[in-house]
Amino acid sequence: MDMSQYIEIFIEETKEHVQNLNQSLLQLEKNPGDMVILNEIFRVAHTLKGMAGTMGFTKMAALTHDMEDILQSIRSGEIKISTKLVDILFKCLDAIETYLNAIISSGNEGDFTGEEVVNTLKKIIKEKKIDIDIESQSESAKEVKNVVIQPESGSTSEFAPDIYEQNVINKAKEMGINSYKITIVLSKGCVLKAARAFIVFQTLERYSEIIKSVPHVEDIEDEKFEQEFTVVVVTKENEQLLEKELYSISEIDTVIIKSMPATSADNGQVKKEVTKKAETGVKNNKEVVEEVTKEVATEEDDLIKRNMEMLSEYEADIENTPITIKSAVSAATNAKGVKTGKTVRVDIDRLDALMNLVSELIIIKTRLEGIEGIHRTQNYNEAVEYLERITTNLHDAVMKVRMVPVEVVFNRFPRMIRDLSRETGKEINLIMSGEETELDRTVIDEIGDPLIHLLRNSADHGIETPEKRKQIGKALAGSIFLRSYQEGNNVAIEVEDDGAGINIEKTKKKIIEKGIMTKDELNALSKKEIMDILFKPSFSTADKVTDISGRGVGLDVVKTKIEALGGVIEVETEHGKGCKFIIRLPLTLAIIQALLVLIGEEKFAVPLSSIREIINIDLKDIKLVQKQEVIILREHVIPIIRLDQVLEVPKTENDLTQVTVVVVKKGEKLSGIVVDSLIGQQEIVIKSLGKLLVGTKCIAGATILGNGQVALIIDVNALA
Amino acid sequence: MEGQAITSNQFVIFRMKNEEYGIDIQKVTTIEKLLAITRVPHAPEAVRGVINLRGEIIAVVELAEKLHLGNFTKSDDNRIIIFKIEDLSVGFIVDEVVEVLTIPEENIENITQVSNDVAIDYILGIGKIRGKIVTLLNLDKLVVLK
Repeated sequence: MDMSQYIEIFIEETKEHVQNLNQSLLQLEKNPGDMVILNEIFRVAHTLKGMAGTMGFTKMAALTHDMEDILQSIRSGEIKISTKLVDILFKCLDAIETYLNAIISSGNEGDFTGEEVVNTLKKIIKEKKIDIDIESQSESAKEVKNVVIQPESGSTSEFAPDIYEQNVINKAKEMGINSYKITIVLSKGCVLKAARAFIVFQTLERYSEIIKSVPHVEDIEDEKFEQEFTVVVVTKENEQLLEKELYSISEIDTVIIKSMPATSADNGQVKKEVTKKAETGVKNNKEVVEEVTKEVATEEDDLIKRNMEMLSEYEADIENTPITIKSAVSAATNAKGVKTGKTVRVDIDRLDALMNLVSELIIIKTRLEGIEGIHRTQNYNEAVEYLERITTNLHDAVMKVRMVPVEVVFNRFPRMIRDLSRETGKEINLIMSGEETELDRTVIDEIGDPLIHLLRNSADHGIETPEKRKQIGKALAGSIFLRSYQEGNNVAIEVEDDGAGINIEKTKKKIIEKGIMTKDELNALSKKEIMDILFKPSFSTADKVTDISGRGVGLDVVKTKIEALGGVIEVETEHGKGCKFIIRLPLTLAIIQALLVLIGEEKFAVPLSSIREIINIDLKDIKLVQKQEVIILREHVIPIIRLDQVLEVPKTENDLTQVTVVVVKKGEKLSGIVVDSLIGQQEIVIKSLGKLLVGTKCIAGATILGNGQVALIIDVNALA
Repeated sequence: MEGQAITSNQFVIFRMKNEEYGIDIQKVTTIEKLLAITRVPHAPEAVRGVINLRGEIIAVVELAEKLHLGNFTKSDDNRIIIFKIEDLSVGFIVDEVVEVLTIPEENIENITQVSNDVAIDYILGIGKIRGKIVTLLNLDKLVVLK
């Protein structure tokens, strides 16, 4: 079968799953006992295995299979989750990514064997098996463990409803609704067990609510059971009816229906029971090797303590929420249900095509507005206005489709910071907020690298070592904040750390050393301006070059990238307290509001977002400072840029006494650009100048005016 | 003659000054009349500016200047030949487009035998047909030429 048509879907989905696993693993590391997370990880790993197997990527399938084995052991409590184990699992993910990258570039898994990881996995599986043998001698101890870690154990024949389920059963009893435990044994010759089980479930659901199933529904669907399975249902019907209905299904061997008792409802009693069980467990262990007993006992103490905590939590839960039987039941059945969003996966190229069409529409709309020599009636004007509203809405709608939450970029950072923190031996917390802030897809794709750079900078140079932090009285663990929020037509992303900050004096010294500026020149600069030098090419303040950052690729790269995206970056720092980088990015890249100006005979567009104000200035008010033309605007000296000179526009003779100056913001500074006349404000569609001309000085792109003419967009930041 | 460089033996023949040139027809997207060209400041040498070709912005190069033949002769016959190399669309301004010719391989002569000029590598060969002499240009080399 030809799989090539599925390869792209496979790649996309694998990426998603790996990301998902990364996140879940981090969560699991923080809450080692959380079965929900563990089950989620298991489910995703299983899906990955299935996908890789179907596509014929055997190495990937084998690796995920081994991962699944380990996860299964964790699930059953045979292996404990430790940082080391999580490390290994992370390495597995890295290996999967390596495979995936090879698949993307060459279509097969490549030469990378991932042998090391596979061997480690195999070793763990094998070694833990030995541990299990010892453990199994203390059956009762294991039982206790099962009660705690795995309340919904799917593999053992032990069938104790957990407290939550017991609560549902009790409530049902109170309301006069029956609870039954039904064991269904399929006949030996049954071929499609999963399908048969499905019919059983369907039948049961007609008359009752299923609150529990052993093995799990997912396992049953995957035919991971022998001949029988057991479910717990609550129903208004009696057992005879259920029995009759179940026997009417073919290939059913036996149906055993038992009423579920509404006992052990009292949490105190459960607590007692558990404690008692644990005690007997310890007693029985006497026969086992002394060492093992000890180990198990301490483990049990720990477990009992945790169990108590869990119980009191449940207690609080039950007290606080008067659950009706209906919601409790549906919650119990839906708890494992997978969220299904109403989404469609669309190729970005199609969106681009759509965007282009919208752009065309806007151009023709502008043209319609500007048509001369026709008789304009009120009707005509209304129609044009209506068209304008629709195109604006359409534009917004298409833009929204292209918007992606920054989460897509952010969610790989927790893993990165975790690794960095282990690499550097520093304790680092990453605190993220505003992940739901949306940005254009094209920006999202580009913003990852600069952010990685900044985060690495913070982790490597910013945050001090724990010893140093202790010395200066800071919290041992350093914090890096990654925030994102919308700010008018911009999206701001902040990377802040509470580390050492930037040492201005050291920076100054470095600047002088590198011969970028002299001491006198430096002293004349403000703190802000000195900070700007940090973004100059090949400026790095780190004393030692480490593996993590400081390889000479400095902040200038970050700045260049951000500016290429039409954004700005600034830095705020206080020595000893920390450092904050703020990136501001435009929401959309494709369509902007611009002011059209005339210079000589040529039309240019200036992005409205960078314009501060427009003033008329008498020629005699233009002064010269060090051969630079300046004007004084409200006591601020603003340099003047003659656009006709910068843009080499052919001279036109004029003898005006006044000129129009458009005051623009260049980063933090203001400049005045002299134009011949203003045409007006217009919504313009930014088009690339094409490969041959991209990167042309002072020109950010081109746009097509209503009359079909091409106007160039001025890159305000690049104006000299 | 490098056979693989030419994918078909059909050439668009155009005139600049008094010489005739040819480019591989498979590379040509369209031939347009002289559209309004917007000048681009600081553009590389010989790039006249950009045009709007049905919504697409395309850079146009004055071929005569690129080949150091001086400025083109402005007339109603002027054309912009738009062609595409990989994903880059570029237009060449030429004096006049003459015809489309099929030049059999045996009629194409390797240039190294004729001249040892430095600009030689963007010339694919010299085509001789019906008593005409046509310089065949190698577009790939011509575009990267700074």
